[in-house]
Amino acid sequence: MDLTFTPDQRAFRAEAREWLQAHVPAKPLASFDTAEGARQHREWEAVLNAGGWAMVPWPVEYGGRGANLLEWLIFEEEYYRAGAPKRINQNGIFLLGPTIMEYGTPEQKARFLPKMASSEEVWAQGWSEPNAGSDMANIQTTAIRDGDHFVVNGQKTWASRGAFGDWLFGMFRTDPESERHKGLTFILLPLDLPGVTVRPIAQLDGLPGFAEVFLDDVRVPAEYQLGEEGQGWQVAMSTAGFERGLMLRSPARFQDTARRLVELYRENAADVEDAVRDEVVRCWIGAEAYTLETFRTVSRLLAGGRIGAESSLNKIFWSELDLRMHELALEILGDRGDLLPGAPAAAGVGSWLDGYLFALSGPIYAGTNEIQRNIISERILGMPR
Amino acid sequence: MDFRFDEDQELLQTTVRDFLEGEVTPETIRALWDTDTARSPVLWKKLAEIGLPGMLVPEAFGGMGMDEVDFVLLLEETGRAALAEPVVQTAAVAAPLLRELDGPLAAEWLPRIAAGDAAVVVGHPDVAFVEDAHIADLLLLPDARGALHAVAAADAEIAPQPANDPSRRIASVGFDAEASTPVASGDAARALLEAAFDRGALASAAQALGACERMLEMAVEYTSERKQFGKPIGSFQAVKHRLAGAKVKLEYARPVVQRAAHSVASTSPLRGLHVSMAKLVACEAAVHTAKQALQCHGAIGYTWEQDLHLWMRRAWSLDRSWGRSPFHLGRVRGTLLEDRVEIGAGSTFLNA
Repeated sequence: MDLTFTPDQRAFRAEAREWLQAHVPAKPLASFDTAEGARQHREWEAVLNAGGWAMVPWPVEYGGRGANLLEWLIFEEEYYRAGAPKRINQNGIFLLGPTIMEYGTPEQKARFLPKMASSEEVWAQGWSEPNAGSDMANIQTTAIRDGDHFVVNGQKTWASRGAFGDWLFGMFRTDPESERHKGLTFILLPLDLPGVTVRPIAQLDGLPGFAEVFLDDVRVPAEYQLGEEGQGWQVAMSTAGFERGLMLRSPARFQDTARRLVELYRENAADVEDAVRDEVVRCWIGAEAYTLETFRTVSRLLAGGRIGAESSLNKIFWSELDLRMHELALEILGDRGDLLPGAPAAAGVGSWLDGYLFALSGPIYAGTNEIQRNIISERILGMPR
Repeated sequence: MDFRFDEDQELLQTTVRDFLEGEVTPETIRALWDTDTARSPVLWKKLAEIGLPGMLVPEAFGGMGMDEVDFVLLLEETGRAALAEPVVQTAAVAAPLLRELDGPLAAEWLPRIAAGDAAVVVGHPDVAFVEDAHIADLLLLPDARGALHAVAAADAEIAPQPANDPSRRIASVGFDAEASTPVASGDAARALLEAAFDRGALASAAQALGACERMLEMAVEYTSERKQFGKPIGSFQAVKHRLAGAKVKLEYARPVVQRAAHSVASTSPLRGLHVSMAKLVACEAAVHTAKQALQCHGAIGYTWEQDLHLWMRRAWSLDRSWGRSPFHLGRVRGTLLEDRVEIGAGSTFLNA
């Protein structure tokens, strides 16, 4: 066990820190769930990509830096430390990207990954349907092969980044006679094709963070199929693993939130009950535990290990921790916790309310925490189905 | 940066697990409950043959010359086995204290510890009752001014305090400080006692992880077999989700304990902070899992006859040993809120 960084790792951190200090926008960007904010975030991603920092663990030919997962964690720490913008293309770079790396053909990798890294193409998720939420295998949207195209009919919903995104990925039923997990195929679908109708849906914060996507006789080129026909479930589970686990939710975000929470407590200590104070301490311990567990997992992965159902443990831990931290921040802010940023008395409230609303989605998306508990009990503990 | 144990460490863990599975069973534990000491000198001697009591004893004194990172997985195994021998007191706390004290006392006692021929226990101002004092050959005890004394068993007043866990043998301990010459005093004694406390808390945390994992396994096994409404009760989500929650707590406590072991072994300036975090999360995971496992067993788990309570009582005992949870939370709080530790992204490891 060696819990120190090597000189190379420290040099990598220093390089990332220096670049970020020089390039991170001084003024916070508008939310990427607004038209203006989406434009600003795409601009930022272009800057990141030009510097070669858009997706450090990817191979150089796809816009990455060829860094390993440990360096990825280091980069993430520096990214949050620098207060850099959220990643508008997280569906692409953190979820679909690694999946294409695993299942894509060389042509698909060359076609999709560089434009993903640069955010010239922003990706929406197309998992859920009106009758396929937690019961994901109940997908009913069909994609019927017709020559060198699929003809897609049906409806996706809760498609995050659907409102301002360019492409959508998801599972579609390519064998209409099939049931459940069989007969599904993973397909990439441009949102500007004829027959696609995107209807943005306002989330709890009032902004269109997701959308309904109606698909009527949409002709999708067959070359946009990812993985084998009928193997969609396996491909999707790989994506979901990334979503629940360390790519999308590397520890830096929670270390940063915990820091801001502790600082908020210190600023307001005189007015805060001891019970709240102790919960703040517990949250900081939780963020440390999450960090340590992630470094432990990455050490295992670098030595050739695989991550499987364990990502369900991560997902429960970070989503509950994140929500608790935001609840406590609002508790510390007291009456001011309810104020929108523009309110006259809102000085010092920061973005906690907004963060709280976002944190509330954590236990729901990427598979509800109830689904994760099923996975843990059945696939890790071995309890009966 | 490599947060893994090496092959030798994992091999030793397997060896100790196999040994304990063969030697320590619910029957042997219950049999010891009915003895005067609840300890088995025969078993302790066998443990010495695989090196357990002398893990932290230097090789020059007949020990294994290892450190807390080497030891932590083995401590977890002793918790998993609900082993009721002075592993924490003698192997994890007294041995390194004597090693640090050095001199004739170390030369006299460390070889005997490594050989499994002596039990040495350590008292601490923050620990009300001294565990395993009833079998100690030597007691290392602080006086009212914080100086440390080496007290022979014959010179100590040992008043046993029967406790909830029949395996947990604790006692109020007194001695005549006026008639004794300290072996360390002032800052030296304070440093020795602080390190001893952290080692005791770390070892208890590691044992708690093992007990926690064992209880989880028992609950999974029981709920997979027990049928109601025509199905194994473990197929019901209400049951599953309790145990899944316990598993989350266990898996996020484990790296905190392992990091604390590293901090103790490497005498990190954040040793106390890291140990308190570990003690807190490991014991909370164990106590939480005890509750879930009991609930999942239902009435049978509430009986003296069923073995679950052997581990539940270990979990409670460990929670009460070497600083209870509010104490450790307070220690983390002090360090964190008084701005004595760097926080935020990239601050978890010291040389970032």
